[in-house]
Amino acid sequence: MAETKAAVKGNKVALEGNEAVAEAMRQINPDVVAAYPITPSTEIVQTFAQYVADGKVETNFVAVESEHSAMSACLAAAVAGGRVMNATSANGLALMWEILYVVSSLRQPVILTVVNRALSGNINIHCDHSDTMGSRDTGWVQLYAEDVQEAYDNLIQGVCIGETMDVRLPVMSCLDGFILSHSYELLQVQEDEDVQEFVGPYKPDNPMLDIDNPQTYGPLDLYDYYFEHKRSQMEAYPPAKQAIIDQGKRFGEAFGREYGLIEEFMTDDADFIVVAMGSTCGALRDVVEAQRDNGVKAGMLKIRAFRPFPAEEISDALSGASAVAVLDRASSFGAHAGPLYHEITSAQVTYSNIIPTNNYIYGLGGREILPEDLSSVFDDLHEVAEAGQPTEPVSFLGLRE
Amino acid sequence: MPNLKQLSHREELLTGGHRLCPGCGEPIAVRQILMATEQPVLASNATGCLEVSTTIFPYTAWKIPWIHIAFENAAAAISGVEAMYQARKAKGEIDEDADYKFVAFAGDGGTYDIGLQALSGAAERRHDFVYVCLNNEAYMNTGVQRSSATLKGAHTTTSPAGTVIPGKNQDRKDLTEIMAAHDIPYVAQTIPGRWMDITRKAEKAFELEGPAFLNVLAPCPLGWGHEGALTPEISQLAADTCIWPLYEVEYGEYNITYTPKEKKPIEEFLEPQARFRHLFRTDEGAEVRKAVQEWVDWKWEQLQNKAGD
Repeated sequence: MAETKAAVKGNKVALEGNEAVAEAMRQINPDVVAAYPITPSTEIVQTFAQYVADGKVETNFVAVESEHSAMSACLAAAVAGGRVMNATSANGLALMWEILYVVSSLRQPVILTVVNRALSGNINIHCDHSDTMGSRDTGWVQLYAEDVQEAYDNLIQGVCIGETMDVRLPVMSCLDGFILSHSYELLQVQEDEDVQEFVGPYKPDNPMLDIDNPQTYGPLDLYDYYFEHKRSQMEAYPPAKQAIIDQGKRFGEAFGREYGLIEEFMTDDADFIVVAMGSTCGALRDVVEAQRDNGVKAGMLKIRAFRPFPAEEISDALSGASAVAVLDRASSFGAHAGPLYHEITSAQVTYSNIIPTNNYIYGLGGREILPEDLSSVFDDLHEVAEAGQPTEPVSFLGLRE
Repeated sequence: MPNLKQLSHREELLTGGHRLCPGCGEPIAVRQILMATEQPVLASNATGCLEVSTTIFPYTAWKIPWIHIAFENAAAAISGVEAMYQARKAKGEIDEDADYKFVAFAGDGGTYDIGLQALSGAAERRHDFVYVCLNNEAYMNTGVQRSSATLKGAHTTTSPAGTVIPGKNQDRKDLTEIMAAHDIPYVAQTIPGRWMDITRKAEKAFELEGPAFLNVLAPCPLGWGHEGALTPEISQLAADTCIWPLYEVEYGEYNITYTPKEKKPIEEFLEPQARFRHLFRTDEGAEVRKAVQEWVDWKWEQLQNKAGD
């Protein structure tokens, strides 16, 4: 996020991540919310239910009996024609899995907040990214928030990104469970009317409720057409990338906080760059500054948009470094490294910018990541640079071995 | 209720040219149900025979807005469409006098088994919709596998009649009663073979505010092993033997809508169907028939008691 000089209205208030998300939902005032509570996102659903009960929104809130029905009802409501939102975590997202693919295939801009939590088993309610990393190929746009402010801002932008006419894709707005969802932070909340103006009225696209033009949604699609339909779906992702950039700029102009696909922090002259997503980026900023104080040319690359994946932008951002570390808050079981590492090293190969890169898996099931863990990564990168290749392709931070 | 002549002038909302089998009970039921209202109808459809045979891209047999998402969520899907309708109507974006109708179609697999949770949830939430189970007593779309709607003794590909086991071992789940226990405004069982019965029940289901459940026994010539032309008669025999009693539960009041003059033995329903053929070849088969008859008698007596007959 880059602070600009735009005139800022609104209030500085202390809110938990979940409250900030619910507040953004209240201001967006969607037509339908169909949701099922799950820790640690429960508070979003219950806070919003209270807004409905108190007449603070016009939303038709449907308290469904499962996440599978939640996503099914959200999809059908979106097809019917209107703005639809939802929130979930971990196992709830997993239960939606089947339908996530159908939402993106039917090109419906359903907006889903995912409060990141470890997937079972064993059951664990705390943060990691195994839930949304597992759904990375479902066709949803994925934005990851570093702090509560960004979680609030991302949700508002997510509506505009998903509803862009040449995009029309569902958006997951992700924030780290407990670390952000249950932490109070002082943030800028914009005025209701300014948020309303920013998101604008919903623009329907062949809505099912248009009974004068009856259409068939979700037909049987066999080998003679399915491939072409999937190919045409792929066409939506470059415009989605552009929409993330455009809306991030527009948001900056409107509210003074500008966003992009990635954020480069002190990377311009950096020898060593650590790549991360989510709340860990906050701690990384401090560690980078401490490294700089010690004369180390350290930098951080924050991945805000994981889908569509900004491969070329990441490759460019890393190109000047002599060693890179990628932090993964998820394991890709059976693969040789974590999911973010795969994408980033693949981007380096694709754009011929190969930098020796180590992978670190950390924070599974809510395990803390400490500044000294992150400092040790920078220490490792000296050796990586010297060796000219990854010293240990995958290692673990904060693990008892 | 409209008479036959009036019905004949109503528009067919499921056109011909779809690829369901000749003699399939499903499109007969769907067409009669859709004729029962003159208001705009929007439909959801679970994965199944009806869905795959009527919407092979780039064709569609539906003249109404129709959505399919997956197998187990026809009720959740229609609840989403209905929720958006109510939201937009409340905001004045749809005429306040509009009276759209919402219907979900699913087979017994999508209703009795994998879709039961979504159906129960949507019924409990009191969405204004009609749920139609097109019950052909097995997973026909995937090649005749047993469901919890399959009659005891029936041969299916996952409850095959063998030298040791004579077909399906369990009695059918009574889903209609499960739905009645949701205390929704209207629940009924019907068949495609009696046009007045199915049309009248569909008309009520559409007219009453809140959820309604229609359980339609839809003979499947392929899976049941009978001539396609016999579909109406076979469904009539299900009613005459009380294997599939025709009744309704309106605001908790039971009403048997068809009482056979003489209750026929179940063999008259079983014998024309290849899926029960093995029950007529061995002593064990005869035992199964006896058990099914006792179960049918017991269920019929229970129903009569509830209806005060």
